[in-house]
Amino acid sequence: MRRTQPSALSQLVEITYKRRRLVTRAMMIVLIAAFLVATVPLFSVFFHVVRQGLPALNMDFFTHLPAPVGEAGGGLANALLGTIILVVLASVIGIPWGVVIGIFLSEYGKSRFAALVRFSVDMLASIPSIVIGLFVYALVVIPMKRFSGLAGGLALGILMVPTIARTTEEILKLIPVHIREAGLGLGVPRWKMILFIIVRGSMGAIATGVILSVARVAGETAPLLFTALSSRFWFGGLDQPIASLPVQIFNYAISPFEEWQSQAWGGALVLILFVFVTNIITRLALRRAHGSGQS
Amino acid sequence: MKIIRKRRDIHHGDRYFYFLLKGLASGLPLLLFLIAAFLLKASWPTINEFGAAFLFTQDWDPVGEHFGVLAFAFGTIVSSLIAIAIGAPLSIFTALFLTELASSRVAKVAGFLVEMLAAIPSVVYGLWGIFVLAPILRIHVEPFLGKTLGFLPLFQGPPYGVGMLAAGIVLAIMIIPTITSVSREVFRSVPQSYREAAMALGATRWEVMRIAVLKTGSTGILGAVILGLGRALGETMAVTMVIGNRADISASLFPPAQTMSSVIANEYAEATSATHVAALLEIGLVLFLLTFIVNSLARVFVWRASLGRSAR
Repeated sequence: MRRTQPSALSQLVEITYKRRRLVTRAMMIVLIAAFLVATVPLFSVFFHVVRQGLPALNMDFFTHLPAPVGEAGGGLANALLGTIILVVLASVIGIPWGVVIGIFLSEYGKSRFAALVRFSVDMLASIPSIVIGLFVYALVVIPMKRFSGLAGGLALGILMVPTIARTTEEILKLIPVHIREAGLGLGVPRWKMILFIIVRGSMGAIATGVILSVARVAGETAPLLFTALSSRFWFGGLDQPIASLPVQIFNYAISPFEEWQSQAWGGALVLILFVFVTNIITRLALRRAHGSGQS
Repeated sequence: MKIIRKRRDIHHGDRYFYFLLKGLASGLPLLLFLIAAFLLKASWPTINEFGAAFLFTQDWDPVGEHFGVLAFAFGTIVSSLIAIAIGAPLSIFTALFLTELASSRVAKVAGFLVEMLAAIPSVVYGLWGIFVLAPILRIHVEPFLGKTLGFLPLFQGPPYGVGMLAAGIVLAIMIIPTITSVSREVFRSVPQSYREAAMALGATRWEVMRIAVLKTGSTGILGAVILGLGRALGETMAVTMVIGNRADISASLFPPAQTMSSVIANEYAEATSATHVAALLEIGLVLFLLTFIVNSLARVFVWRASLGRSAR
């Protein structure tokens, strides 16, 4: 008799249980949907950049100077070269400084001073890149009275430091203490132990971090606007304004000419391919080096 | 480690090595100080001339040499808030999906896709915003919003495409990877036993996430969102390209606006008078201070979230 006529309480439990199960189901769908929505822009950007950028890419694009307004043809060769020069310059400043700070934080990272350095790394990483550009403008461009490749390289170099320092610190911290102790136990000076056991052993992983930050900096536009400016000519010395791919994309994108807009898409395709390929290759390399355990 | 450190005196090289590293490392706090100092020095003319009026007036007139950033500050804050309103829930749910729902293989690929969002350069987002997003907004989204939610002042007026809403959406996309990856770390640091405890009490899958994961990680999530806010406040290129660049304060989200960073990017080339340059540099200084405060705040929250748990 009881089974055919369940009590009010168990009926209530049954109803709330149904409701809870429904809510759970709905929320699972919401979570999956959120992820799918979040990745829509990625595919949309990639699709449009490939579709509109591919027709713009030809030999001229990679070998010629920009054409004057109204004329067809021309390319972004000077901007490509300019970006390479700027990135090399930035690397000369940013890589050694960033790696050294990373080593310092991982090997001598327990003092109060190191906490200050770590705080500075975090803060520098979060300062808008346009503010770094303004700083270099006030530091270099105003006294020199001209925009220059040097200023652009410096701005990008400063931007590289916090990312490289952070990844280097993270990577070196993964090395177990007993390896350090083994080195010291053999009577090796601490500096030799750090440089030849710890750093050399993680060279590959550190390089990965460095390459990723290079890829990131290659696409930076805002800090170049009032440091490197842009140029319609070939590279003419580090004390002169210099063209760069991102700035050229920006200038062409907001221009009213279809020719230029098409070249902006072409430039975006080159930039995005560079960024994606470096990201994928370095990640695969890192995974192989670390086995499947890490990230 | 203490014993090892005391022994370093045996090798002279160690001391020099340490001082070399320390010297190079101390350059970084110095750099931070220099950034503030140089921006302050370069913008001193306008700070001196306008004082606090610079922050609280709306009149930006390079010809008449009168400068006030209120309209730009409004644009920065509103576009960032739109970005948070759209981006934060998406990111938190995505992070939940990655840590709690997806199998580890799916999570690896899915996590990679989300991280790739951060790898796309800002100028490419801007290009996409101008030619793909803005037309969609103008033709489909904004008329629809006007029709259905037009009773709110937020969604009134003619559709423009480029404008505050476009900027907010692009910013939302750009902060998704930041908020997602930090929230992911926060969720991962929630002890497994919390989840098991909730499950043992009969919680459903969603209830486990709500009770054990979201509630435990709430401080950390707040930190993640504030970090995203910090990123949105300073973002320049993509915003400059899609916000339409008109210094109006309007209740509607459709018309063009201007942010603090976009005005710098727009006017640097035309700034010929010393006062105009100084005014742009002062905007930079304000942005620097704003992001400094916001990020310090975020750091406190994230740090407290992870510290609180490891102490237990």
